[in-house]
Formats: sequence, structure tokens, C-alpha cells
Amino acid sequence: MRSRATLVTGCLIVALVLAVAAVSMVWTPYDPNHVDAARQLAGAGGEHLLGTDQLGRDVASRLMVGARITVFAGVVAVGIALLAGVPMGVVAGMTGGWLSTVIMRVSDFLLAFPALLLAIMLAAVYGSGTLTAMVAIGIASAPGFARVSRAATLRVMTAEYIDAARLAKRGRVAIALRHVLPNIADIVIVQASVSFSTAILAEAALSYLGLGTTPPTPSWGRMLQESQDLLFSTPQLSLWPGLAVAATVLGLNLLGDGLRDRVDPALEGVR
Amino acid sequence: MSHVVRRTATLLVSVVVASFVVFAFLAVLPGNAAEVALGTNATPAAVARLSREFGTDRPLLVQYADWAQGLLHGDFGTSYVTHEAIGPRIANRFAVTVWLVAGGMLVALLLALPAGVLAAAWHRTGRGALLSGLSQVGIAVPAFLAGILLVYAFAVRVGALPAGGYTPLAEDPQDWARHLVLPWLSLGLVQGAVLTRYVRSALLSVQRQDFMRTARAKGVRRWAALCRHGLPNAAIPVVTVLGLQLSNLLVGAIVVERVFVIPGLGDLLLRGVQDRDLLLVQGVVVVLVVAVLVVNLVTDLLYRVLDPRLRSR
Repeated sequence: MRSRATLVTGCLIVALVLAVAAVSMVWTPYDPNHVDAARQLAGAGGEHLLGTDQLGRDVASRLMVGARITVFAGVVAVGIALLAGVPMGVVAGMTGGWLSTVIMRVSDFLLAFPALLLAIMLAAVYGSGTLTAMVAIGIASAPGFARVSRAATLRVMTAEYIDAARLAKRGRVAIALRHVLPNIADIVIVQASVSFSTAILAEAALSYLGLGTTPPTPSWGRMLQESQDLLFSTPQLSLWPGLAVAATVLGLNLLGDGLRDRVDPALEGVR
Repeated sequence: MSHVVRRTATLLVSVVVASFVVFAFLAVLPGNAAEVALGTNATPAAVARLSREFGTDRPLLVQYADWAQGLLHGDFGTSYVTHEAIGPRIANRFAVTVWLVAGGMLVALLLALPAGVLAAAWHRTGRGALLSGLSQVGIAVPAFLAGILLVYAFAVRVGALPAGGYTPLAEDPQDWARHLVLPWLSLGLVQGAVLTRYVRSALLSVQRQDFMRTARAKGVRRWAALCRHGLPNAAIPVVTVLGLQLSNLLVGAIVVERVFVIPGLGDLLLRGVQDRDLLLVQGVVVVLVVAVLVVNLVTDLLYRVLDPRLRSR
């Protein structure tokens, strides 16, 4: 019962963020980058729903575009991690032997590189940008996917339907695509929701450091950085992007927990 | 014993591979060090001359061997940008970051051990759910956001603690601690929230074990059984997470140092990125990665101390 509530709450929050991101593509209350010197630091309410920042830009509009950047960052990072990690894990799980050893050693090694550090290195070489940052986070998240899908593949390979498929002379690739992937999908999806929140946290941190999304594009991390100096005078400017990051990550974590309980009911209530 | 040797050997190999990866990664960048140092208007001849001076015109492996040999002696090279020796700069800042991480870890432990035990003991009650909910919220708050919120609460509203800056320990211990309280809390609260969940789930799975039932059947009180038999057995998964968290804290410190303007390794690293001082970036990254690898090794060796069953293997 509790896990159902967790799942529903998580879904609602994530759906809200996705909806805001989608709407921001066609409509925002104001131009998020429009500088209005006459309306600096306007309070919430009135013409600007959440007020304006130190350059007179509409905070609500910037938050909405920030949601889009956040979703984009998460999709890119998780996409890369999925595409790199899952095939590695499936191949390692299906073949065993030296190939499996090599793949797992490489992923163990990558795990020792903290994601944020990899992103900072990439930024040092290629300059900062949302895409650069997310490629780094994606690469750093791939070993997690490799491990999870290898473990799941090892379990699937003992099933009778795999023996049946082998007897039917199906090729390895066919078995991987038609029997292994569909049966490990649930576990991979759980991993994806966890990685999504990690990616969002990393994007926010990198943008806060000035190594992620470049100005003037609004990103929640960047908005936090820009508002920090004004903490003494207008603290509410930090409140909104902070709330947005925390709520989104909370939603994704709840979603992940709820999904995990579905996939593996034995864990319910333990984690 | 052989395990210790084998693990240490693995560590050494990992360190070599990791340092080479970091080196190669930064060496193949678009625009070599000489071009960066001379700017966009440099003539090809000037670039070639400076490359020779820096030694960046030699084969990659030779350059790596040179650099790695220096590292073994604590020589991180001389910055192409500031012309300062990099080793001493890293050493100065390392201590600052270590203090930051150690304090953050302590806060996390002080928070998570009691909170995790209580959450496990109150399992399936309202209070337990409240604690779990709080830790869930704590996990969702990134360390730099926690830092900003803490600055608002304690520096802006209460005015009791400084919003940033750093005083060396040797100069004034009291002021040193005053400056570090908020950074420690911002790192520790978030990691503590994560740790609380692991302590809770480790204790919950231990509680289902036969030896716990036996202890209870013999008349040992619930709390006594939990502390005497539950905690030591729950320690193993918790130590695994602790190792991972220490690595997280090390990276989290980079961001928290920025929030509180603390002159640690993270600050140095970001300055290196900003100035495109790649030798400096290379040095700091290697130090951080080696620190992570060493933490992993220590965690692994600690299992055997904690779990005698593993020693015979």
C-alpha cells in the first residue's frame, strides 16, 4: 500500500515537471531572457507571478525553461548510459569468460571516476555546455547499467525459455533481442529512474559551478548561483530554483522506489 | 595477508591506469598547451618553439613517463599558466579539503546512526514513516542547495555564523571551526540522509535473521538484541556505503567549497579549469581519483576486520 502511494506521488511530480517542460517549448509568460531594467527584483504576485531577478527577467518563465533543460540533461545522460551500459551488461552476462571479465573490469575502473570529476575534466578540455556535461555524466553512469543488466541477464539465462530458444537454433543476437532484453527491461527501467535523478543533480551542480549550461539559457543550478549573492536582500530568488531541483529529484526517487517494489516485491518496505 | 597484498597490487595497477587515462585525456585536447599559452594570434613557429620548451612535442608515452616519474617524487610539474610549482599548491589545499570531508562524514554518521536505528525500530509506525520521509527529502537536496539554505538560516537570519571564507586551523582554531560548521553540515546532512536509509534497511534485514529471533526467544530485550546482535551484523553493508559516501563527499566538497569560498582542492581545480591550466587540472584530478581508489581499498580491507567469515577465504 505504501509503495503504491510512493509510486503515485513520484509519477505525479515527474509528470508535472515533464508537462512544464513541454509547455515551455510553446509558451512562457514572458521571454525568459528579456532584460527589463525598470523591473529589477520585483516581488512575487502582481504582473510577474514569481517576481523578477536582478536583471528584471521573469523568474517563472526562467523556471519553466529550466525544467526543459533539466529534462533534456536527464534524457541525454540516461540515454548514453543506457546505450553504452546495457549492451555491455547483456554481452557480459550472455558470453561469460574473458570478454565478461574485461567488460566488468572496465566498468569497475570507470566507477572509480566520480561523475562530476569526469564532467569537470571534459569541461576543461571542450569548454562548458549542457551537452558536454551530460555526455560525461552518461559515460560515468554506464557502469551502473552494465552491472545491473549483467546480473539480470545471468538470471534470465538460466530460464527454460532460453534453452528452448537455443534448441530452436536461434542466434545469439536474436536471443538477446527477443528474450533477454524484454525480460531485463523492468530492472533497467528502475536503474534509469535512479540515474535520471543523479544526472539532474549533476547538471544542477555543474551549472552552479559555471561548467554546465551556459548563459543566458536558464538552468536551475545557474539560477541558484546567480541568486546566491542576493541571499541577504532577496532570498526568495534562491527559493524557487532550489525547490524545483529538490522536488524533481524527490519525485524521481519516489518513482524509482515505487517501481523497484513492483519489480521485486520481496524488497518492499526494506529499502 | 595474501588478500591485502593482492588488493594493494590491484590498487597500484588502477592508479597507473587512472593516471594515464587522465593524462592522455587532457593531452589530446584540441589546442595544445603552447597554443593555449600563446593565445590565438601566435605564429606556428612560436608555438613549435614553446612546445619544445614545455616538452609537449615528444611522444605521449614519453611525456607520461616523465610526468608520472615526477608524481612519485611529489613533483606535479610547473604550471604553464602561472609558472608556479603545482605540487605545493595541491599539498596546501589538500589539508583543507580533508578537514572538510572528515567533518562532513562525522556529521553524517552522528545523524544517520541514531536516525537509522530509530527508523528501523519504529518500522511500520507513524514515527518510522516520518523519519523515512525526512530522509527521502534529505536525499533530494543537493549539497550546494543545502549550503545556500544553511547560509540563509544561520548567516542571514540568525547572523551567528559566517556565510563563507576560511581561517587556517593553526591561525585560530575557534575561527576555523566557526567557518567550517556550515560546510560540514551541508555535506553531512545530505550524506546522512542517504546513510540513514542504508542503516535502516541493513537493520531491518538483520532483524529477520534466525539469531535475532533466538536472542529474543531467550528473553533478550528488543533494544538490547538490536544493539548487541543487530548493529554488528548490519555494519557490513553500512561500511560498503560509507566507502562510497566518502568518495561522494570528496566530490561534493568541490561544490561546497565554491558555495562557502573555501580554498580547498575543489577551488583549485575550478580555477585550473577556468584558466585552462591543464597541468594543474591533471594534478588535482589524479590526487582526487587516487584518494577515491585508496578509500575503496580501505573499505574492502575493513570488511575482513568486521566479518571474520571472510577471512578464511
